[in-house]
Amino acid sequence: MNAMDLSVKLPGLDLKNPVIPASGCFGYGREYAQLYDLSLLGGIAIKSVSAAPRAGNPTPRVADTPMGMLNAIGLQNKGVDYVMEHELPFLAQYDTKVLCNVAGSTEEDYVKVIEALNDDPRVHAFELNISCPNVKHGGMGLGTDPELAAHITQMCKAVSRKPVYVKLSPNVTDIVAIARAVEAAGADGLVMINTLLGMQMDLKSGKPLLANKTGGLSGPAVKPVGIRCVYQCARAVNIPIIGCGGITCAEDVLEYLLAGAAAVEVGCANFTDPWVCPKIIEELPGVLQKYGYDSLEAVRERSRQI
Amino acid sequence: MKDEKARVLSNVPIARDVWKLDLETDMACEPGQFVEVKCGGLFLRRPISVCEARNGVLTLIYKVVGRGTDWMSGLEQGQKVDVFGPLGTGFPTSRADSSRGISAQPVGNEEQQPESVLLIGGGVGVPPLVMTARKLQEQGIRVQAVLGFNSAVDVFGLDLFAGLGIEPVIATMDGTVGTKGTVLDAIDAAGLDADVVMSCGPLPMLRAVCTRYENGYVSLESRMACGLGACMGCVVKTPDGSQLRVCKDGPVFRIGEVVL
Repeated sequence: MNAMDLSVKLPGLDLKNPVIPASGCFGYGREYAQLYDLSLLGGIAIKSVSAAPRAGNPTPRVADTPMGMLNAIGLQNKGVDYVMEHELPFLAQYDTKVLCNVAGSTEEDYVKVIEALNDDPRVHAFELNISCPNVKHGGMGLGTDPELAAHITQMCKAVSRKPVYVKLSPNVTDIVAIARAVEAAGADGLVMINTLLGMQMDLKSGKPLLANKTGGLSGPAVKPVGIRCVYQCARAVNIPIIGCGGITCAEDVLEYLLAGAAAVEVGCANFTDPWVCPKIIEELPGVLQKYGYDSLEAVRERSRQI
Repeated sequence: MKDEKARVLSNVPIARDVWKLDLETDMACEPGQFVEVKCGGLFLRRPISVCEARNGVLTLIYKVVGRGTDWMSGLEQGQKVDVFGPLGTGFPTSRADSSRGISAQPVGNEEQQPESVLLIGGGVGVPPLVMTARKLQEQGIRVQAVLGFNSAVDVFGLDLFAGLGIEPVIATMDGTVGTKGTVLDAIDAAGLDADVVMSCGPLPMLRAVCTRYENGYVSLESRMACGLGACMGCVVKTPDGSQLRVCKDGPVFRIGEVVL
């Protein structure tokens, strides 16, 4: 049963299987490497890297919600120089693909990160984070307007010597318009969705649960939104889509593949079950067979008929 | 670290809103570490400090404060609970611990083990001090304890310390048991002193402990997501402005290592 070929070829990402832990939910791999061999993974979308270190938001930064969670971490990271010196050497020991999530406050910040990593063989592709809802500048502000999204994509493509994926926000009226604009600007692929802007109150204190007041909602609660976004965009663009949002099991992966995703990212499920990614990879062939597919291509064929 | 479905041996109330849960597992925990409990259909796991882990039994003492702990209070004997752990960096209870990194650097003279340790617990911060007391005693260190609660109906854990031959000094805010006032008032009243303090409890208490003592450790509480150090959900600032993770670098920190 495990003999099924799960490999997926995407720009810059020759994946042994379509399962990638999502950015922000896996750090730079160190913590999970204590639990299992990261070489099992198709790839790893590492935590956002910015040009300069970022302190992130005040705490509390996380809250439990019905079938999901809110977070407002605020892109805390130690900056690209630190990541190159301390994190990438660790990741390089594993046989997996590294998708570097790039964040910034200005367009120039994104370009700086890409230029720093352009010739680094330990990074295989970039993922532009223009969809983080938890920062005042940059983030989602750049990803909710088709023109701004296209402009930053174009700027990054102009300097990048690696494929550029763009991670889209669901907090828009028409995600297809953004997807089309980003494709026209030269993006090599899309990742969707980032978190939905949300809020939760603490009845005891009478205040929002998160210090940042608002945060990004993720988890099983948002999966139908992700499936819908991938489905709509997969029929509107010709670049591959990495599906993301609420995946906790191999059945969820199959749903995203049917919607039109070429691969998937698994986010906050890593928090509730740290072994969720290798479990999904192990169970995927059996789940595909259970529903009558003898290959990923058979799923793609079915998806094209929807 | 492992994820285990552990059988409930017992789950009983021991004070107002406070429960003691015994689980059948040989999970090897160090004092001051914690586990993450999957609470029914709730999404994020709940971090709960380890009260004791020995002879195949993991003891968790928790206060019902929300939906997760409310679910835990409904657990019955024989049920299985999904626990992930052990997690975090706990109290250094022997010189052997001092090589473990950031938080476990020994205080004072690195070559010299403290002769005496004063444990300072407040409310539901008391449980991790039980195993800490046992481990310190096993190193030949003299252990005293002072425990603070709001009122007599909130007091618990005296039997657990009594099992180690320790009679804790008690403080209650309303004076219904022991010294009326805070743990520091009780320390003054009893004239307690020690080479090192180890403390766990509410933030105002920990701040007061850090103001009075230089040599010692405090254990923090935080909302968490991953519990592993990956998500940056539970960070705390250091005096130089950098940040440490309560779940991984802590929950136990040296006094002065983090800004409370």
